[in-house]
Order: sequence, then C-alpha cells, then structure tokens
Amino acid sequence: MRNDAGRASEGYLAGMRAGLPFALVVGVVAISFGVLARSLGWGILAPIVFSVITFSVTAQFAVATVLGAGGGVFAAIAAAVLLNARFLPMGMAVAPFLKGGPLRRALEGQTILTTSWALAIRGGGHFDRAFMIGATVPQYVAWTVGTVVGVLANDIVADAETLGLDVIFPAFFLALVMRELRSGGKRTIAVTVIAAAVAAALVPIGPPGVPVLAACGAALLGLKDRSS
Amino acid sequence: MSTLWAAIVAVTLASAAIKAAGPILAGGRELPPRVNTVLVLLTPALLAALVVTETFGEDGHLALDEKALGVGVAAVALALRAPVLLAVVLAALVTALAPLLG
Repeated sequence: MRNDAGRASEGYLAGMRAGLPFALVVGVVAISFGVLARSLGWGILAPIVFSVITFSVTAQFAVATVLGAGGGVFAAIAAAVLLNARFLPMGMAVAPFLKGGPLRRALEGQTILTTSWALAIRGGGHFDRAFMIGATVPQYVAWTVGTVVGVLANDIVADAETLGLDVIFPAFFLALVMRELRSGGKRTIAVTVIAAAVAAALVPIGPPGVPVLAACGAALLGLKDRSS
Repeated sequence: MSTLWAAIVAVTLASAAIKAAGPILAGGRELPPRVNTVLVLLTPALLAALVVTETFGEDGHLALDEKALGVGVAAVALALRAPVLLAVVLAALVTALAPLLG
C-alpha cells in the first residue's frame, strides 16, 4: 500500500512538472480572456468567478465571443456546450483508469483538460491517472491567476496568437498522433485518417466543436471484427 | 448582467456534467472487448481531429497560415525522430517568425 501511494504521488508530481510549460501558455491566454471580458463590460467579479468555477478556456472564450457579438444567452451556452462536448469521448477513454465509485470518478473527471488528457496517454489506450490530475493543477492556477491579472490590468497586451504560442497545442497533439500511429496497427491508421478527414470536412460547415465530436465516430471502426 | 451570470452558471453545470458523464458511463466495470477497442481508438481519433481543427480551422473555414507552416515544420522534425519538445519549440518559433519574414 505504501508503495502504491508513493508511486501515485510521484505520478502527481511528474504530471505537475509536465503541465508547467502548458500552464505558461494558459496563463497568457487567461490574461487575454480577462482583458476581453473587461472590455465587454463584465466587471471584475464575473470573469474571475467564471474562471474559478468553470475553468474551460474554449467554453469561456465562446461565451465571451457570442455575448460580445450581441448573441443571446442560449446561443452562448450552446456554443460552449458544443465546444466542451469533446470531454465526453475523452472522459470515456480515460474512464477505465479512474478510481473509486461513480461519484469519485465523476470528480476525478473534472480534472480532464485537453492537454492533461493528452499528456497522460500511455499508448495502447492506457492512461496515467495521477499524471493527468497533476498536469491540471498548474494549468488551473495559471488560468485563475491569469484571469485576475487580465481583468485588473486591462491595458496589458497579451495575445497568445501573435506570440506564436497557440501553435504549441496542435504541434503537441501531432507528436502524440505520430506516436499512436507508430505503435498502432492498420486500424489505428484508418481511424486517424478518417477522423482527420471528417474534421477537415466539417470545419467550414458545422458550428465550432462539432468537427471534433463527429470525428470521434471514426473510433466506431473498433466495433468491426479485428482483421489486422 | 443577469444574462451573463445565467450563462456562467449554465456553462459551469453543463461542463461539469459532460466531464462527469464519460467516467461514470465507461468506468468501474468490465466492458465488452469491442467497446473497449472503440474506447482505445477514441484517442487517435480525438488527437487527429484536434490537430486538424487547431491547425487549419480559423473562424469557420480552413486556412493555410503561419500556424500550418509551424505544424508542418513540427511534422518534418517528428518524422526525422526529433524529440517532442524540440518539434513543439520549432513550431512556435516558425509561427512567431514567419510574419516577420513574409
């Protein structure tokens, strides 16, 4: 038991270290969220509370964008839900490696971030649960602190896009795709190609979030009898 | 103002529910092998879709810009077996410097 606990705490710490570089980027993005929210007249409290209780980069930007463009509350909620729908398949993939009963698993599932989830991939469908939870910690702190900084100092210019920082995420995911392709069989290759094609085809048509969600359908190839 | 708070509360609850659903539905029990295979294949599917949407997706259309160039450089580096960190740093450098050169 002691060994298990020791290994788990090592996993949390290793995850926290791995999450640090992403936390830096998340911090910059959070500052720009705070600046944006302030410019929309959200005041100081609402954006900070939003970051503390929701902690969802894409969903919060979606709400800010839709409300800022004069859209209604339901349009804002729908956009955020669609963007966050990817956490459903991510949660299903990681589910077998979470601990405890339904309530505990649901709570552990709250630590799923796209980056943390990706960092915890161990090949062959395996995930390092402690690593994922650990990686989320510095990013949560950076998101909260960054939002506060952005809201209070709203003349700071922080734009992750102009700094070339937003490319870090697709480049990192690409590295993981290539690792999956090297270790997986023909079916992994087929799923990857189909998913990429579906996502590309739907970007111009579907609302944001739908392309990623629909691309997950490619995994249904797994229902077919194994032929390779 | 109340519109904003309604959106904040609703998005928080919806987000939490989505993140809880996967672990509740697919965790804590033996799954049929085929379902398990689907779960395993969800990982490459999600990753591939994220690469495409975050590299080429720009406000509802596909765009070939500095970001695509950066990810392309990362792809070459990775194909040559460069470490992940190096590939990611190269992508960021190329993306940040490309507009200055162009």
